[in-house]
Amino acid sequence: MDKREKDIEKLKDYKYGFSTDIENIRAPKGLNEDVIKFISNIKKEPKWMLDFRLKAFERFKQLKEPNWQKPKYPKIDYQDLYYYSAPKSMNDKPKSLDELDPKLLETYKKLGIPLQEQARLNGIAVDAVFDSVSVATTFKDELTKQGIIFCSMSEAIQKHPDLVKKYLGTVIPTTDHFFATLNSAVFTDGSFVYIPEGIKCPMELSTYFRINASETGQFERTLIIADKGSYVSYLEGCTAPMRDENQLHAANVELIALEDAEIKYSTVQNWYPGDENGKGGIYNFVTKRGLCKGKNSKISWTQVETGSAITWKYPSCILKGDNSIGEFYSIAITNNHQKADTGTKMIHLGKNTKSKIISKGISAGFSDMTYRGLVDINSKAKNSSNYTQCDSLLMGNKCGAHTVPYIKNKNFDSNIAHEATTSKISEEQLHYCQQRGLNPEEAVGLIVNGFCKEVLQQLPMEFAVEAQKLVGISLEGSVG
Amino acid sequence: MTEQIKTDFEKIIKTSAFSEKDVELKKMYLNKFLETGFPTRKLENWKFSDLSQIIKKNIGELSFYNDYSFTNKVDTSIFVEGIEHNKIVFINGKVEKVDFTHEDHDKIEINDDFKFVNRLEDDNSLISLNNAFTNKCYKITVKKNYTLKKPLVVYHSTNNKIKSKNFNLKLEFQLEQNSSLRLIDLFNDGSENNFINIFYNFDLKENAILKNYKIDKAQNKNIRYSYNNIEQDNNSVSETFVLSSGSNFSKNEINCNLKGEYSSAFVNGIFSLNDGQHHEIRTIINHLVKNTKSYQLIKSVLGKNSKSAYQGKIFVDSKAQKTDGYQLSKAILLDETSEFNAKPELEIYADDVKCSHGSASGSLDENSIFYLMSRGLNYQQSKELLINGFLLDVVEKITDTEIKNLVKNMIGLKE
Repeated sequence: MDKREKDIEKLKDYKYGFSTDIENIRAPKGLNEDVIKFISNIKKEPKWMLDFRLKAFERFKQLKEPNWQKPKYPKIDYQDLYYYSAPKSMNDKPKSLDELDPKLLETYKKLGIPLQEQARLNGIAVDAVFDSVSVATTFKDELTKQGIIFCSMSEAIQKHPDLVKKYLGTVIPTTDHFFATLNSAVFTDGSFVYIPEGIKCPMELSTYFRINASETGQFERTLIIADKGSYVSYLEGCTAPMRDENQLHAANVELIALEDAEIKYSTVQNWYPGDENGKGGIYNFVTKRGLCKGKNSKISWTQVETGSAITWKYPSCILKGDNSIGEFYSIAITNNHQKADTGTKMIHLGKNTKSKIISKGISAGFSDMTYRGLVDINSKAKNSSNYTQCDSLLMGNKCGAHTVPYIKNKNFDSNIAHEATTSKISEEQLHYCQQRGLNPEEAVGLIVNGFCKEVLQQLPMEFAVEAQKLVGISLEGSVG
Repeated sequence: MTEQIKTDFEKIIKTSAFSEKDVELKKMYLNKFLETGFPTRKLENWKFSDLSQIIKKNIGELSFYNDYSFTNKVDTSIFVEGIEHNKIVFINGKVEKVDFTHEDHDKIEINDDFKFVNRLEDDNSLISLNNAFTNKCYKITVKKNYTLKKPLVVYHSTNNKIKSKNFNLKLEFQLEQNSSLRLIDLFNDGSENNFINIFYNFDLKENAILKNYKIDKAQNKNIRYSYNNIEQDNNSVSETFVLSSGSNFSKNEINCNLKGEYSSAFVNGIFSLNDGQHHEIRTIINHLVKNTKSYQLIKSVLGKNSKSAYQGKIFVDSKAQKTDGYQLSKAILLDETSEFNAKPELEIYADDVKCSHGSASGSLDENSIFYLMSRGLNYQQSKELLINGFLLDVVEKITDTEIKNLVKNMIGLKE
């Protein structure tokens, strides 16, 4: 028997070594080639997919965990995680809303989230809603009519292997940084979107992320392809707070815009940030990268980051096509012991490319907020321009706000402008609002919303209202 | 390099009369330097300028031994005319002349046997190199309530006797209460391909005023690194102006600790580069107590194949309420081969502060050129006029009129 056959034999053992109860299938703890083969096998992936994963893993073994970021965290033991786990059985889930943490319910009320939605978010078994992985499944028929593909990554690998094979890993290659490579090796599922030539997607596509079983690192993989002349707006996350036992969340998101195409990607992230003393909470280490591949293409990132114990992400644009445009709008709010190190990279390669960065950071309590960004204009990117504005707001003297922009201009007829300010809410503004009958918390909410307005405007209507409320709620208890 | 540096070090220890304690200390610094060697781009501070590579490419093998047994003749033609001044003359890293004729001698103390102890926690390998190899460290103390009548010009000259050498020099200044010093650093190089490592330490007591002007104007093929540490007590003021133009490679670091209330720091700089030059300024302003102020303005004009980098950091401690920090960097790229890099950084832990930074880079404004040409200037003249105006802005920030005019004359700026 040669080695490969032996491996397969071993795998078979693995498979039958586990409970056949579909709801409890779990890969063994730890990270090794067998686990990757197990994931690939259980998802019935073709060989090229497994090779992709193994190649990434090969590379991962040689990489060192980065350590240059501002928020430091205790060492993660990557061998102590489960890399695959099917949804929890119904019996383990709360039976009704009454069993939930009253604090959580109160927040739902403030956000105005409908009852059924609340139940769904907590995985309570109410009718068919629970079964849907994404809200948009119901709209699937309408999308199919237009030729739009919107499905889970695993489904796409089975049904549209050509597209996945052609584009997966072209923006975030298997040879990328530590967390991206880890994701390439062990990703479980995610969304896949393909918009055919000339189609304007008639609705906002959205997916509510869920982590099901406990102790499983979440490794989402999303791939969005906008073909020539198409348009799509994609929403990720939700405003409701999400609780989870797992610490590490290392997703990869790849966007590809071909000629004249436009992708708008909005994120509202409100993962569990840990308690008031900074215990627990999610590590949100996400790699998001968009490639403006064709001429006149456009990618726009909008993010509202309020949750997670540590947020560490830089949604980036590679402006390769001539006349392409990259945009980044961000609000990051940190309270209590939360830490965020976020920003963007705009890499100008094509001629006449433009980019715009608006970043608003708010820190309160004992938190730390860092904007870190790169604007790199290549020598071939003639007549390009960038405008960056990053403003920070500080509440109290126990928190920190930092700005670390990297600016590289190698082209003499390109312009880069960068501005940054740091300030606090003025006493006069607060006094004025309170004089008019707002309590201090409402007043702060109002002022902060004004501060963030430029970014909130970029969100799709459905999200904008909720996000506005979220901004206020996130800062609760920070006014003293 | 390691073998070379060790044999050169032994040679120096043998030929100089250091005390045993000094030798130990120097050895420690040498080992500290050898641990890391010359900085590479892997270090965050050297991200934009890889010194190790630059030395390898331009100099190749460096030698660290300098023979200080003979005296170099001081060439008086290098002296600045039209302005009376005190002098310290360094030739090839050796002090050849110290002249404070214009001052009250009991008000200034010069100590040439000062034992410098590195108090910096920073693991800057170049400071370690400097500590290991400097043969003499001068300490200049300006006594209480004394203002120097004339500025002090430090001439940094080299002649063609040295090549592919590293030399290190160090000066320590102490400004006691209510004292004031105007200092001009002037670089004149007759040598090629040397690595010059300069370390200045300034200690400013209450109400002291330091004005430091660093002028690197004459074209030369040397590689220069200069580290300036400024400690500031209550109500003290420091003003640093850097004209970065002459050397092949130059990096100026300014580390300023605002430790006393109402102290302020000003850093202004000009890069005017051409033909393969690569210069950098890195500033760190630490606002450590409340009511302190800093202001920074850096402008670059970049010609063919040149590269400039500016890394500026404003740090505000949580105690440092009411801090006012400002930072602006602007660059004009004149050629498609020129490059500008910036990293204007804010690190803020206090909420009642006013901190901002801005950075802009681009080409000359075509509309302005058109305007000037329509008024009868030719293209070249219009360009020059615009560049002069752009740079004049920084020169105007020099608070000392006498020196401002001197600088204007030196770089040929007209109003």
